[in-house]
Amino acid sequence: MAALLDVSDVTLRYKTSSAVVTATERVSFTVDRSDRFVLLGPSGCGKSTLLKAVGGYMTPSEGKMRISGREISEPGADRMMIFQEFDQLLPWKTVLENVMFPLLMTRRLPRKEAEARARAYIEKVSLTRVVDAYPHTLSGGMKQRVAIARGMAMEPDILLMDEPFAALDALTRRTCQDELLQLWAETKFTVLFVTHSIAEAIKIGNRILLLSPHPGRVKAEVIDVDQVSGEDGSAARLEKQIHDLLFADAVTAH
Amino acid sequence: MGEARILLRDAADASAIIPAEVERKLTMLELLWNDGFVRKSVIIIFLAAAWEIYGTILNNPLLFPTFHDTILTMFDKVRDGTIPLRAWASLKVLFMGYAAGIILAAIFTILAISTRIGTDFLETITAMFNPLPAIALLPLALIWFGLGNGSLVFVLIHSVLWPVALNTHSGFKSVSNTLRMVGRNYGLRGLPYVARILIPAAFGSILTGLKIGWAFAWRTLIAAELVFGVSSGQGGLGWFIFENRNLLDIPAVFAGLLTVIVIGLIVENLIFRTIERNTVQKWGTQS
Repeated sequence: MAALLDVSDVTLRYKTSSAVVTATERVSFTVDRSDRFVLLGPSGCGKSTLLKAVGGYMTPSEGKMRISGREISEPGADRMMIFQEFDQLLPWKTVLENVMFPLLMTRRLPRKEAEARARAYIEKVSLTRVVDAYPHTLSGGMKQRVAIARGMAMEPDILLMDEPFAALDALTRRTCQDELLQLWAETKFTVLFVTHSIAEAIKIGNRILLLSPHPGRVKAEVIDVDQVSGEDGSAARLEKQIHDLLFADAVTAH
Repeated sequence: MGEARILLRDAADASAIIPAEVERKLTMLELLWNDGFVRKSVIIIFLAAAWEIYGTILNNPLLFPTFHDTILTMFDKVRDGTIPLRAWASLKVLFMGYAAGIILAAIFTILAISTRIGTDFLETITAMFNPLPAIALLPLALIWFGLGNGSLVFVLIHSVLWPVALNTHSGFKSVSNTLRMVGRNYGLRGLPYVARILIPAAFGSILTGLKIGWAFAWRTLIAAELVFGVSSGQGGLGWFIFENRNLLDIPAVFAGLLTVIVIGLIVENLIFRTIERNTVQKWGTQS
């Protein structure tokens, strides 16, 4: 079976006012259907840039990216982005309207069916209570759950999550992680998840791609991450191993 | 190794305590005072009283008529239809100029956000024309468009276009990158992108621009009518003020000025406030 997302030898460069910065260099990986694929690395490893490129917001200077066999050239609703920022919800629309918005804009569904589907996904993230509320009345965690419902309601090929829980407090972050895993167990969607937290990567992912910084290169890929568990201490051991691997050259380089 | 213990507070104990005052209803007076409209009305009543007292002390209706004289004259002039007719004449011209100015501002800003040279064009031209008082163009407009509504509409467009374009453009520029990316994620581009993402996201700034534009247009119009008001036999409020000054009917002059103020207040506090309450305040993007 061909991979759902195929990133091969991708080099990403972006211009600042004074220089051209190489964010990632010759990065390759593939994501299969129903993977929970995590991009993990310290800041400066280009993981967010990589996600934006998959989202279609950047064109690679070298290499190719394909989703379901189609080359990625521009943003599209087959790859729904979920951002870290709370202001990703449209403040002038209620929760329901926010979830319906992409369904209507892409003419995926007529209004009635869009509303039914939006309500179903809002219920999945257990926000039925605030379905008619405006985003500014919600807490940070609720906003992120609305964004997740909005992304999932489109039933995209892949969900792209850019550190969606990084701005949440520790307790809410945990609840959101658990909820995401539960949603995954129900619908088995494919997700590409960016984080800088090793613990979060182990908790969320079944595969982890480790990136090293300046410029971002693939350092290792961790597979069968869902085999480890917190109870027997194997998760803690994996966390230690990944930590040592990521920070090994930080000691030698400086 | 020791172990931490969790001590549960006895629930039976807690129920014995008299519940603290969690919520207290505000008294009627407090509720009234919390209403901005009530507070502002009090200020207006106070100002009217001061006016009445000063007018009575001065006792010179030719220089400064009292408040009740002005109100009576205004009442008369409203009843015989002079003021409504004049106000309507002014407002008609105002709407034409305001609408035309907004349409032009929309075209300018859409050009400005789609190309870099458009941005440069808008920034340069607003920097040039925004500080230029619209009334200063009136002599020129009179030569170009003659003694008629054409000249008035021209200066009105000038007074509306720049503040609206400037505020809309800076509103568009300050739309967060996340929202832009969200819009593009759904494949929105071109005019639908502007209409669905940029305009609602920048609505607070756009509304500010519209309010400033309205205020500029209203005062420009009255001033322009004072300079030359008679167009096609029917002048506006500015001309009404000028005419009555020539007749030394000072209470009528005051009544005219008061009408200008009242219309300004109505538009600001009724129309714009209602729009604000139903948009930016409801969305929590502006308090």
